[in-house]
Amino acid sequence: MASMRDIKRRKGSVQSTQQITKAMKLVSTVKLQRAKGRAEKSKTYFNCMYETVVSMLSKAGEINHPYLKANDSHKKAVIVITGSRGLAGGYNSNIIKLVRNNEWNKDDLIIYPIGSKGRDTFARLGYEMGEDYSDAIEEPIYADAMKICSQVLDDFATGRVGEIYVVYTGFKNTVTHIPTCLKLLPIKIEDERSDDDKAVLDFEPETEDAVDLIIPKYITSLIYGAMIESVASENAARMQAMDNATNNADEIISSLSLLYNRARQSAITQELTEIIAGAQAIS
Amino acid sequence: MAERFKLTIVTPDREFFNEEADMVEFNTTEGEIGVYAGHAPLTVIVKPGILTITQGETVRNAALHAGFVQILPQEITILAEIIEWPAEIDEARAEAARQRAEGRISERNGIDIARAEAALMRSIARINAAKMK
Repeated sequence: MASMRDIKRRKGSVQSTQQITKAMKLVSTVKLQRAKGRAEKSKTYFNCMYETVVSMLSKAGEINHPYLKANDSHKKAVIVITGSRGLAGGYNSNIIKLVRNNEWNKDDLIIYPIGSKGRDTFARLGYEMGEDYSDAIEEPIYADAMKICSQVLDDFATGRVGEIYVVYTGFKNTVTHIPTCLKLLPIKIEDERSDDDKAVLDFEPETEDAVDLIIPKYITSLIYGAMIESVASENAARMQAMDNATNNADEIISSLSLLYNRARQSAITQELTEIIAGAQAIS
Repeated sequence: MAERFKLTIVTPDREFFNEEADMVEFNTTEGEIGVYAGHAPLTVIVKPGILTITQGETVRNAALHAGFVQILPQEITILAEIIEWPAEIDEARAEAARQRAEGRISERNGIDIARAEAALMRSIARINAAKMK
């Protein structure tokens, strides 16, 4: 049996780990609240944006715009949004798994990482890497999304890539996060068409030019939304992971306390037996 | 009093403005327009410029830089990527940006002229809006 001192030391170490996980849980709870608030606030914008694009595309069904059809390149740009830190349960690895288990051919992909966990993993696995925007995930701002968007659209326009995807973690609620793969370009008109033609709109300038101007904004808003949702999911995942860790630590501590008390009691019993035996020997 | 319409201005970060208004004016790719209630449905693309909201006697200004506007007879929605009230503008920074952009355009040394021109338009819009404080 481990000595009393060993057990005590182990209990102490578990306790200090528990304090850390508890603190991390509190931090990510606060961050989650903030991220959720941001996601709420930006929702109006995305809903309006989505409606406009849908009505635009359903009206402009026959227009022939490069954004609406695939070009010749077989390369696919994949914007991979992960965290920059670990200790968030399966958050990062679920995203990486989703990319790797997809039916995509590894050589066809160009990874545009947002978040250093994804960047490091895919670089190590030997994927072709595009520009790195890992810093953007720390504090997602719209300007970063614009930068990323103009970069991928440039690559699309020059024919470096033929399709653009974004892989991110959708935030459904605090306990449910869904790793999601979303196709950004080319946009499939059939998918976007809706029966609700509440807004039959005219465009100024002409629809073709409007597509040219509005689609990048639409893509930017999708990337921004994906970033915000990912941040919320990351913090929720970390909160859960740290909550589990704290509970596990509690369990370990209680079983160690039991062991410690048993060891203490048997030491006392042994000491008593020795004293009594000694006293008997003298008398 | 003329009929009013609902004006909603949203940005990715916040709801910027959501009130009734009499008229709204702004700069589009096709030129400046002013919109009253009952306008024909239209979607226009914003060019950097000043947004003017008229509500009865009060007139409010803001610097609107990018986005697009969805006009319906009773409802106008501005999806603004960047928009600022005059109070939020740092005039000194805008002035510096203007000079930088002008310098780039006059030098014409191979850098992206279109980008410099867009930056110039943005900074001018900011300066003008800031003066209306």
